[in-house]
Amino acid sequence: MRRHLQWSIKKLTASYADGQLSPRRVTEQALEDALRLKTLNAFVRLTPEQAIQQAQVSEERYQRKQQSGSLDGVTIAIKDNFCTRDVHTTCASRMLQDFVPPYDATVCAKLKKAGAIILGKTNMDQFAMGAGTVDSLYGPTKNIWSEDLDQDNWRIAGGSSGGSASAVAAGLCYAAIGSDTGGSTRNPASYCGVVGLKPTYGLVSRHGLIPLVNSMDVPGIFARSVSDCVAVLNAVAGPDRLDSTTIRDPFTRLKLPEIGQIDLSTVRIGIPKEYHCQGLSAEVLETWSKVADLLECGGACVQQVSLPNTAASIFVYSILNQCEVASNMARYDGIEYGHRAEDERSTEQLYALSRAEGFNEVVKTRILTGNFLLLRKNYEHYFEKALRVRRLIAEDFVKVFEASDKEDHVDILLTPTTLTEAPLYKDFASLTNRDQCAVQDFCTQPANMAGIPAVSIPIRLSQAGLPLSLQLMSNSLNEQLLLTVASWIEGQVGFDSLENRQEYKASL
Amino acid sequence: MVAANRWFCLATQRSTVWQLWLQSKQHQLFWRNFSQILVRIRYNHYRIRITQCIITIIRRLATQPKLANVPKRKWKSVVGLEVHAQIASASKLFSGGGTSFGAPLNSSVAYFDASIPGTLPVLNRKCVESGIKTSLALGCRVNEVSMFDRKHYFYADLPNGYQITQQRAALANDGKMTFPVITPGKKVYYKTVTLLQLQLEQDSGKSLHDDYLKRSLVDLNRAGLPLMELVFAPDLETGEEAASLVKELMLILRRLQTCSCKMEEGALRVDANISIHQEGDPLGVRTEVKNIGSVRSISQAITYEINRQLETVANGGVITNETRNWDAENRRTVAMRDKEVLQDYRFMPEPNLPPLHVNLKPGSKSSEDLLSVAALSEEIPELPEDTRQRLLEQYNLNAETAIILVNEPILLDHFLNISRSLNELPNKVIYNFLINDLLTYCNKVNLDVEKCSISADDLKDILKYLNSEQINLQAARQLIELLHNNPKIKVNELIELHNLQQICSPEKIENLCQQAIANQSKAVQQYQKGKSKALFAIVGEVAKLSAQKANMKLVVQCLEKLLKPSKK
Repeated sequence: MRRHLQWSIKKLTASYADGQLSPRRVTEQALEDALRLKTLNAFVRLTPEQAIQQAQVSEERYQRKQQSGSLDGVTIAIKDNFCTRDVHTTCASRMLQDFVPPYDATVCAKLKKAGAIILGKTNMDQFAMGAGTVDSLYGPTKNIWSEDLDQDNWRIAGGSSGGSASAVAAGLCYAAIGSDTGGSTRNPASYCGVVGLKPTYGLVSRHGLIPLVNSMDVPGIFARSVSDCVAVLNAVAGPDRLDSTTIRDPFTRLKLPEIGQIDLSTVRIGIPKEYHCQGLSAEVLETWSKVADLLECGGACVQQVSLPNTAASIFVYSILNQCEVASNMARYDGIEYGHRAEDERSTEQLYALSRAEGFNEVVKTRILTGNFLLLRKNYEHYFEKALRVRRLIAEDFVKVFEASDKEDHVDILLTPTTLTEAPLYKDFASLTNRDQCAVQDFCTQPANMAGIPAVSIPIRLSQAGLPLSLQLMSNSLNEQLLLTVASWIEGQVGFDSLENRQEYKASL
Repeated sequence: MVAANRWFCLATQRSTVWQLWLQSKQHQLFWRNFSQILVRIRYNHYRIRITQCIITIIRRLATQPKLANVPKRKWKSVVGLEVHAQIASASKLFSGGGTSFGAPLNSSVAYFDASIPGTLPVLNRKCVESGIKTSLALGCRVNEVSMFDRKHYFYADLPNGYQITQQRAALANDGKMTFPVITPGKKVYYKTVTLLQLQLEQDSGKSLHDDYLKRSLVDLNRAGLPLMELVFAPDLETGEEAASLVKELMLILRRLQTCSCKMEEGALRVDANISIHQEGDPLGVRTEVKNIGSVRSISQAITYEINRQLETVANGGVITNETRNWDAENRRTVAMRDKEVLQDYRFMPEPNLPPLHVNLKPGSKSSEDLLSVAALSEEIPELPEDTRQRLLEQYNLNAETAIILVNEPILLDHFLNISRSLNELPNKVIYNFLINDLLTYCNKVNLDVEKCSISADDLKDILKYLNSEQINLQAARQLIELLHNNPKIKVNELIELHNLQQICSPEKIENLCQQAIANQSKAVQQYQKGKSKALFAIVGEVAKLSAQKANMKLVVQCLEKLLKPSKK
């Protein structure tokens, strides 16, 4: 058993510094494990050569006692929709199957600068359109917590960043980067029993993230503890000249207090009643109320609040998503890069066939719907109306976070992340993509509408032995408090992210 | 057709239907019908007598609604312009890609310009500054907040599948431009046009079609270049007005240095919307003429299109809303293919660019994140119309001269330069020389006066010699040509070399005059009989004898003196 896998990033880097462990050795082991757990299908591509080379350089830095940052020598996986220089970036689609970006996404560049070792690219739903990591060119990703990984009985990892969640949950890396448009980081984090953070919109640069919905996309962070998550956030956050939507003010690194030092007496927690929705499993509900009680016992003021426009969110999300998808996908015409069909009889023929071959049904459906919704005659009725309702949803949050009356005001919202534990693949696959997303994104996508930060943290195991998680949300740029409360809960519940199934243990 | 006409006249002289037809005044319609039938006769060997055939046609025409009965109203033409001006900047509107014209194919392409996934637009501050300056110079209201939108269409040279433009909220609106209209042979008048909108947008790339190898190639150097689109209200009536507007706009943009205005490089592109209607009616259906490549073409293309529309309507045809290309070679507009389908551009806000805010507070300064309109307004130089007024007031020039000088910036520079350093020289001499001699020479040898290598100092020298009567106007004109061909030789050397000094010595002049009087005895007689014009012949003779070098003022004085005594 490789106990170091359960260490925190802080402990890992400390052991590098005192020579107990070597980045090179850890990286080699991680790559071996990744191959051994190929059945999970967490990675679409490992980059052993680059990883070992980076590890080597990291090791030399440690020997010279010139570590480049808090992530020096820490193994990290990147979702395959972040551009990585000279490494294929496919968005798990045929369209970009052979696409090798000539540049690094800002997130990747910052990770490299902080000394992180990038193990490879992780699986996802095509162009991040999904909530299960089941619609990938490379096949579905399995959840490490599944009762049975081989038979038809395995659990989905969630999505669309399922590969990243699965890799962290399986201990293949210390942290992973995902993206979150409607819950694509928090959803798989919830199913896989890891911490999944969606930062404030604009806190982390989107430059190099192949877009799904520009106005909602945020790079997300997976880790096995809140403090690890903070370490990664500190490395990647901050203004970026290359992304005009990043927040201009300089980023102040977060520093969480020790769990014992956390004082909840000034913290007001809100329980939005609209999140008690249809389809919420009894176990999740129970977990939710238990943690609410826990917080109250810890001294926090817990009260019910209302976010009245929550129910509209899923429709608004669906419209805005499809419109931006139609627009963002227009560049894939097979001319400059990407899949190009054989038919070159005319430019139109070339476009049509390249796109027909390059995109899956989900992508095509969204493009068609989006273009329909953007037609001059429909624009006002759908797109503009959706934008108006989006503002209402955002205002709901402003009302509870910035209420002038102290009684109505809350600092943190506590909600479920997903409505259930991870579903079985066979059950999930029987639903349409729209239903998969509509149900599973219910609690997560309002935060994307409002641009506020949200984190999913694992709480306990269900009767079936699967992780159950909850979500915390705060006002924009209040990550400090959000993650402080998350870390307090984490300390109370003592969830072990690596305590999963026998198959994994046996394989080591 | 001439032959047919003759036949027709012969055959129908006595027909009563003839009168009917004349009233109907549908000549063109008749001739179309007639020639069709003639063709039928030729190809199908119908043995129909021409007369009968004609009568049939006329009967047919007579049953159609008579246009002649509609009271005659004047046709009016309406012209509106859309101008795309490339902003002079070192990098593109949203990327660091270069902008130099004629760079090797696909060498000025940033990742964003090729729509490489994950890249995002970053607005070029310099371009916004230029846009604001231009807006202010054109009297626009600069909007405190403007926004960017995506305009979608598929084209191989549009890598993103959409163009980023400003549709909902443009950088500036409601400008006004007043400019002189120059129509050859007519009096100059001023026209004012409303500038509806000035928006920032990116250019597309360029497709190259190889018909021989049956393939298309794309050059993305132009993709993403910064453009200002200026949408003018349809306030114009003629091609000359449109050309004059563009000419003035070019002068303004050049003064501001916000656009090179080189139409031949595509740095300034003009699309014209043209319609005709009868007085009192609402505006007619308009056509759009694209691909107008020079200022001269603007006037030609619009005039052609107005006439085409008038003719179409006169022939009973209908104007359709279409896009037409200006074919400069054949001097006509041609309907573009593949444009019949109405495009739905599926506009959408550009989510990657936050709204563009500017500071409208008077007296404010620009900061890193916010441009101050007030600060930029202080950078605006003197505009062409102000210069004209200054020329009128300070230099006592007439309006026409002021317009010509301002229209040719290099002439204006020369004028101001020479006038400043040669105080003793009357302004009239200077501008006459510049306009009548320098400009005329350039036009004669088909040289853009901007590209003429003769320096202001050289021109100053010529004028100095001219003014001190060391040379005459003939020699001055000759010097222009000599300087143009020998740019390295100085004026005084050229005068020496080509022996251009004016002959002023009284003896030499008298000598020449005596000789001329001897040669032109007939003219002398006439002159002495009182025909004063005959003196010109004698003066001409002196000019010839002296190889155009005699001081004519002295020659005339001398001749008058010599010929006077014998008159008595």
